[in-house]
Amino acid sequence: MSEQPKFKVTVDNIQIEVPAGTTILNAARMIGGDVTPPAMCYYTNLKESGGKCRTCLVEVSKGSDKDPRPMPKLVASCRTTVMDGMEVKNITSDKVIDARKGVVEFLLLNHPLDCPVCDQAGECDLQDLSYQHGSEKTRYEFDRRTFEKEDIGPFIQLHMTRCILCYRCVFTADEVTGCRQHGVLDRGDHSAISTYLGKSLDNEFIGNVIDVCPVGALTDKTFRFKNRVWFTKPVDAHRDCPTCTSKVRLWMRGDEVFRVTARKNKFGEVEEWICNECRFHKKEVKDWVIEGPSKISRMSVISQGHYVNTHKAPVLIDKVIGKQPKLLMNIHTVSDVNRREVDLSKIEGPAHSEDFKTTDLNN
Amino acid sequence: MGVKLLLEHAHIEGIRFYDAYRKNGGYRSVEKALKMTPEEIVEEVKKSGLRGRGGAGFPTGMKWGFLAKPEGVPRHLVCNADESEPGTFKDRYLMEFLPHLLIEGLIVSSFALGSHHTYIYIRGEYVWVAEILEQAIAEAKLNGWLGKNILGTGFDCEIYVHRGAGAYICGEETALIESLEGKRGNPRIKPPFPAIQGVWMRPTVVNNVETLAAVVPIINMGGAEYAKIGIGKSTGTKLLSACGNINKPGIYEIDMTISVEEFIYSDEYCGGIPKGKKLKACIPGGSSVPILPANLLLKTAKGETRIMSYEGLADGGFTTGSMMGSGGFEVFDEDQCVVRHTMTLARFYNHESCGQCSPCREGTGWMYKILKNIEYGKGKISDIDLLWDIQRKIEGNTICPLGDAAAWPVAAAIRHFRDEFEWHVLNPAESQERNYGLAHYADPIHVPVAI
Repeated sequence: MSEQPKFKVTVDNIQIEVPAGTTILNAARMIGGDVTPPAMCYYTNLKESGGKCRTCLVEVSKGSDKDPRPMPKLVASCRTTVMDGMEVKNITSDKVIDARKGVVEFLLLNHPLDCPVCDQAGECDLQDLSYQHGSEKTRYEFDRRTFEKEDIGPFIQLHMTRCILCYRCVFTADEVTGCRQHGVLDRGDHSAISTYLGKSLDNEFIGNVIDVCPVGALTDKTFRFKNRVWFTKPVDAHRDCPTCTSKVRLWMRGDEVFRVTARKNKFGEVEEWICNECRFHKKEVKDWVIEGPSKISRMSVISQGHYVNTHKAPVLIDKVIGKQPKLLMNIHTVSDVNRREVDLSKIEGPAHSEDFKTTDLNN
Repeated sequence: MGVKLLLEHAHIEGIRFYDAYRKNGGYRSVEKALKMTPEEIVEEVKKSGLRGRGGAGFPTGMKWGFLAKPEGVPRHLVCNADESEPGTFKDRYLMEFLPHLLIEGLIVSSFALGSHHTYIYIRGEYVWVAEILEQAIAEAKLNGWLGKNILGTGFDCEIYVHRGAGAYICGEETALIESLEGKRGNPRIKPPFPAIQGVWMRPTVVNNVETLAAVVPIINMGGAEYAKIGIGKSTGTKLLSACGNINKPGIYEIDMTISVEEFIYSDEYCGGIPKGKKLKACIPGGSSVPILPANLLLKTAKGETRIMSYEGLADGGFTTGSMMGSGGFEVFDEDQCVVRHTMTLARFYNHESCGQCSPCREGTGWMYKILKNIEYGKGKISDIDLLWDIQRKIEGNTICPLGDAAAWPVAAAIRHFRDEFEWHVLNPAESQERNYGLAHYADPIHVPVAI
């Protein structure tokens, strides 16, 4: 077997070599840090996912070495594969930032923003997205779209109002469980995730739709309103399970297991699918062999108070702009206060501006 | 009197049925084409310069040339008869009155592309048209034009009519393919293009009804001869479905050399505007293309006469031009309200958005709600800029062209009729009682003279 060809691709002035067939998003994820476009619908483990939410739009300023024409429109980086010599602009393109802001606004348009009572708050992709890429205000002045409540079984709670229609749960049911009982009904802004005639979802692996849901549309009924995720402490654990690998994450408070989820990597994607038995029924510490505290991004609210095993995103700003950022002002040269030779105790009374005799900036 | 290629025999009694059609020279092109090689037919179509009649105007010969031909994988031709664009009804007329012309074109094209199973995807609302097609296919089969070993050449071809369930989005080629496969009609993300992986992951060509019907005269008269009709890259004839405030609404076949003014006012075509009213605006190619005020419609921004051709209508780009689109020619007289019309279109696109990608799903509804406010006297001046910003963020950021189609009419209406929008906002009470009227929309545009 011949070795897979490698393609050189430049994302925001940072060059990386990736195997042929890699998508732009995955190439950017290999670089990491700020140049990674956000993804709300793409999921590495789900084959057909991606291309729907449009948050990962990037500008391709050079198609490839062979055909250097830029692509006319912004492209969905999760579904566009790299070409040799491709140049991609993400955070360095105003067009992308503007379009992404628009997409975030569209996603939030009909979202109820009930974060204070939503179980997903604290680990919600939409919260992160709107914090990082959205604007602080909406320009929408109309009533938000609502849906009738629907019961889809004893373990999974469906809140259709929160859904952003990423289709991840549909593909999960298709590709992981092999037997899909739910899908998207209707079309346009009233399309809804639902089961046919309100049947309930019962399938050994259907609980995974809770983990893949980027928002609080599908939540765990056994954990509902029990606790906020940032009060619980995640620990990795496993057990001897006949159906799945049972590599899970327990969300504990003291000795109490509040919730069991699959382990997620730093992109918020499930590493290994777990079965319903592990997820919903094993809520005792004695059921599990605990491996140790989980790695949680230090950006996450969940890691507050326990900064164990946190990992820090690389700082890439010098590579993106091609030089070290210019220092606007060095406090030590501007004010006398920080000069070693000035004795602060000699300054009488409360300090006034005159006490801080500023030196000429040009010196 | 212009050249008539498609509607040449449309007036003949009983042309819908096989006998009359055959007597008037029908199926000649099949006899001719089956003696040629498929490559020669594709070459003829390339020579003819035929452009897709569905809206985008992509050269048909080139599209056929892109079709992948892997060994052992069947290829398919799909006829897009899901004509749902508001204002467009040319395909319906063609299928209703000349079903055999389409079937003839389909047989020739299937032979050229090597498709043994060809599909006509017809919109669900055209119930009676689907029945006419079924009957015509049965007649053609009875007379040996379809089925196994056609005319003893060893070429097998079957045509199936597949009825949609009434969704505008299924006119988009990849959504049509999904729907044909029996799935939810969501557009696919391209690439892969249908020419590589289409229906059931097999190479597929999707063409409009009129495009496939135009293959018949191309084979009959030769590609080079066909290319002589028309101007520049707009070769051949085009069907236009004229509607709105005109004396003679209906289907017209034009040879793309006449001016827009002639098309609206001459007695041969639309016959002018009823009751002596004045022209205010026009959508020259179906609801998705930008609307143009009277002054820009009749003359281009450079002061030249606008010609009814692909290039002529697109002259000036989107700032001062429009598009040929699918040929749904809608005329508005001085009594029509552009704001109300734009609202109607926004409601249509909101209703027809598939809901797959976020800008279109959420943005179309938002635009409709704002336009509704403006129309009913509850708008604000800032709403107009907001609309502009929303359409800008939808356009080009969606999976399929429905997002663009929803954004363009709003953009063009604000670009050319901003006064009317502002009048609606500033005079809420008055705007509920009367229309803005013609205003200055027919005044000649000042053209700077070159020194």
